[in-house]
Amino acid sequence: MTPVDPTPSGMAQLRGLTQRRFSRRDLLQAAGLLAGAGLIAGCSVPGARASVIPEGYWDDKKPSKYLDWANWPLYLDVGKENGRTVHPSLVEFTKKTGIKVKYEEVIQDMDSFVGTIRPVLASHQATGYDLMVLTNGIYLTQMKELNYLVPLDHSRMPNFFKYADSTSKNPTYDPGNKYTVPWQSGITGMAYNPKYVKRPITSFDDLFDPAFKGKVGMFADNQDLPNFALVGIGVDPAKSTEADWRRAAERLKQQRDQGLVRAYYQQDYISPLSKGDLWVTMAWSGDIFQANASTPGLDLKFVVPKQGAVVWTDNLCIPRYSNNPVSAMELINFMYQPEIAAMVAEYVNYFTPVPDAKKYILADAKAATKKADREELLEIAESPLVFPTKAMESKLYRYATLKPEEVPVWNQIFEPVYES
Amino acid sequence: MSGAAVDDDVKVGALRQRFGRLTGYWLALPGGLWLAIFFVIPMIYLLSLSLMTGNFIDGFTQKFHVSTYWHTISLYHDQFIRSIIYAVIVTLLTILLAYPMAYWIAMRGGRNKSTYLLIILLPFFVSFVIRTLQWQFILADNGFVLGTLKDLHLVGSDFHLLATPIAVVCGLTYNYLPFMVLPLYVSIERLDPRLMEAANDLYASKLQALLRVVLPLTVPGIFAGVLMTFVPVASDFVNAQLLGGAKTTMIGNVIYTLYLTNNDYAAASALSFTLMGALLIGIFAYARALGTKDVMEAAAL
Amino acid sequence: MTTTDTTPVTRPSVQRKPKRKWTYYILPVYTWAVLFYLCLPIFVMILFGFNDTKGRYNITFQGFTLKWYKELFAIDGLTNALVNSLTIAVIVTVVSVVIGGALGLALGRYRFRGKGAVSLVVFAQIATPELVLGTSLLSLFLTLNVPRGYFTILLAHIMFCIPFVAVTVQARVAGLDGSLKEAALDLGATPAVAFRKVTLPMIMPGILAGALLSFALSIDDFVTTSFNAGQTVTFPLWVYGASRLGIPAQVNVMGTLIFLFGLVLAAYSILAGRRKKD
Repeated sequence: MTPVDPTPSGMAQLRGLTQRRFSRRDLLQAAGLLAGAGLIAGCSVPGARASVIPEGYWDDKKPSKYLDWANWPLYLDVGKENGRTVHPSLVEFTKKTGIKVKYEEVIQDMDSFVGTIRPVLASHQATGYDLMVLTNGIYLTQMKELNYLVPLDHSRMPNFFKYADSTSKNPTYDPGNKYTVPWQSGITGMAYNPKYVKRPITSFDDLFDPAFKGKVGMFADNQDLPNFALVGIGVDPAKSTEADWRRAAERLKQQRDQGLVRAYYQQDYISPLSKGDLWVTMAWSGDIFQANASTPGLDLKFVVPKQGAVVWTDNLCIPRYSNNPVSAMELINFMYQPEIAAMVAEYVNYFTPVPDAKKYILADAKAATKKADREELLEIAESPLVFPTKAMESKLYRYATLKPEEVPVWNQIFEPVYES
Repeated sequence: MSGAAVDDDVKVGALRQRFGRLTGYWLALPGGLWLAIFFVIPMIYLLSLSLMTGNFIDGFTQKFHVSTYWHTISLYHDQFIRSIIYAVIVTLLTILLAYPMAYWIAMRGGRNKSTYLLIILLPFFVSFVIRTLQWQFILADNGFVLGTLKDLHLVGSDFHLLATPIAVVCGLTYNYLPFMVLPLYVSIERLDPRLMEAANDLYASKLQALLRVVLPLTVPGIFAGVLMTFVPVASDFVNAQLLGGAKTTMIGNVIYTLYLTNNDYAAASALSFTLMGALLIGIFAYARALGTKDVMEAAAL
Repeated sequence: MTTTDTTPVTRPSVQRKPKRKWTYYILPVYTWAVLFYLCLPIFVMILFGFNDTKGRYNITFQGFTLKWYKELFAIDGLTNALVNSLTIAVIVTVVSVVIGGALGLALGRYRFRGKGAVSLVVFAQIATPELVLGTSLLSLFLTLNVPRGYFTILLAHIMFCIPFVAVTVQARVAGLDGSLKEAALDLGATPAVAFRKVTLPMIMPGILAGALLSFALSIDDFVTTSFNAGQTVTFPLWVYGASRLGIPAQVNVMGTLIFLFGLVLAAYSILAGRRKKD
């Protein structure tokens, strides 16, 4: 951007910009400067892998009174206190432990967040975060392999072992919860705005209905989009082959080239869906719930299509070079108390890893003074999207697990779909 | 600094004179060094990085691997060509939009010229990103523009602008229009009005006078304007990100993703370098087409 | 003072018949239409800073309120980003005015070897797309393993501001009358005094314009910054990130305030310019 101001000298500057004439000798001199500097061009960029974190990592770690937490937007309970927006669960945490929390909603999508912190960790610098929330999948695996995650101190998280549900313990992507514990889980399914779509949406194929031309939203990532498409064409991602990947990508390209897809979205699909710019879209379960709750008159519908949907887990983990790892452990332990997990679940409406939270939500519903609040809380307590039922679980698939050498192949098949 | 900055035209003594002869160097040194370290040398590192091979995890080493260029260009030629096409369209649109306006302000603006110019520059006081976001709002499918048109049945109910190439081109045109207006204004304002009178006296119609007298004389202004719009438009990525949809990705978006998301530095710098090369060639070719010997000379208003 | 000025000079206008045809009004109406088009997003921005929005999305106008002005600093991340942007802009303005101003003075006033090359670099930098400025700096920092952050943003901003200040000051200096200072020296002024009393006041408009330009360039920069910011967040970066979820009304308010500030500065400089003319 080059604003030019309208004052006399601004105009003079415009002229000056283009006034000088250059001789061949000037060009040569400038080129000489380039050539001289060319001598230093034989450098390299060092690799990113860090050394293994030693066994006794926790031995010399002292408690601190500060914590910096990187999370996704709208992923923690919100309340008002003296006109300021606060997070009641964090207020409670600070009251109990004396640890001040800097809460940052900086994760918009895994690609760009990991893209930002990876180079920092590669140069052995602290990211500034002590705790962050990463989705299981390609990037989490990579972060582990690069030794960028601190092994959790299991002696400091008794609440996890006491209250976490069975699926949260010992997940396939992190055996023995060595580096991670779940924060929330969610479903990548579909959503629609009944104001514009006058028939029920039930199937993956509805995303391909020519009637929705230019009104369909898809995700722009190398995880949800491919896995959801695989489920859509009837393949379990965990058992998928390269041929399946190509078939799924082909289907998505057709959808795009027929002009059905309006755009590929990261987190930004809710606003166009509410406005009617989008009619049908891929969506995350909790987002739809939250959007309806926070916007009067909005009634978006979330759908787990009959072909099934994708379930993912966002995990709490500690980045390497963290300055306050003990505080991070404190928070992990704190969040696994059922009454705190209930506070979070009531707001974010994703799968909570703490089943006992339900009791507290029901108790809150009983205590609620307003009828609307009570109904909403009851709905949350009974929602299969917060406390999954067996019927729901049978329709959910996990991400494909990729070997490191498969990752580039996978990316090259799916990236051209949304980077077009 | 004030002592060193003094002019040396007057002979006040041999010492001062010698010192004075060096004044130019002292003054130019910090700026020159800064530009050398943070502009010239980085260009070399960009080139160097683009010839490396490797990946983020294992590191990049210098192998003078030129084929990265062919590889990335063949992967992303669609986005490359799209960026150039958008830039050509936007540049032409800005000339068409800006010329009559610049002409009127320069010729008939009278005492209020600077007020008009100020209004043209007003958008610059609002962040580029915020301005572009407002277009997202203005052009929304059921926003006050399209919503009204739809209510009047002037366009179909499924008509939309956002997330189409049209929205991206509109956004770009909007953002870069002032860069075209200002150079045009400067070059038109500089014309001697007596030339027009002379043309009129010689029985040229107004249109003829415009086409045969004014237009040729303002070619340098058009050149400067094209330079100031075409180059940034071709490398823009904000408009495509905020206003575009499927199949509107520009080369800037690709470079942004490759650098910051994929950390694929070699491919990203190869594309950056290609982009700059393509733009330079474009500028030279354009200068040639205008019949000037030297690009810089053509740029001189 | 007079040589490079292009402020309104009433010229003898082309002789016209007193009765105006309707075609006479085409161009002014057209011009005003384009001006309106240019300012439309600003009106929208200002309007929605007063929107009494209930939900999370600032999409439809739901009534007038001033609460966002009261809660201007309620979002810590946004406030931080604004503070970063403002402090960066101030530092960048000061440094680039000093360094760029000296360079402009040297280019406009003095002879030295390599002057042509320096001018060429200045021109080349202005003609280089911002994207490439950003990525090439990032290449440097990556290869030398310099962590990106507040400091690298400063380096980058100063880099792209220097040429603009230099060119502005150079244009001003080129139009100066050198004999004025000679006269001052002849009349017994020391070089320091001559610089302060004669040269500086004459190039002052150029320096002020350069400062205004640097401030505007720095505070609004998105492209170069996004490549070299690391984890430091500036105002445009924050807005861009937040845009995926819908930007809070505070952004509109901050945008409005920055806009007003710029408007006042620019209006002042125009009025000052006019007064001198009259």
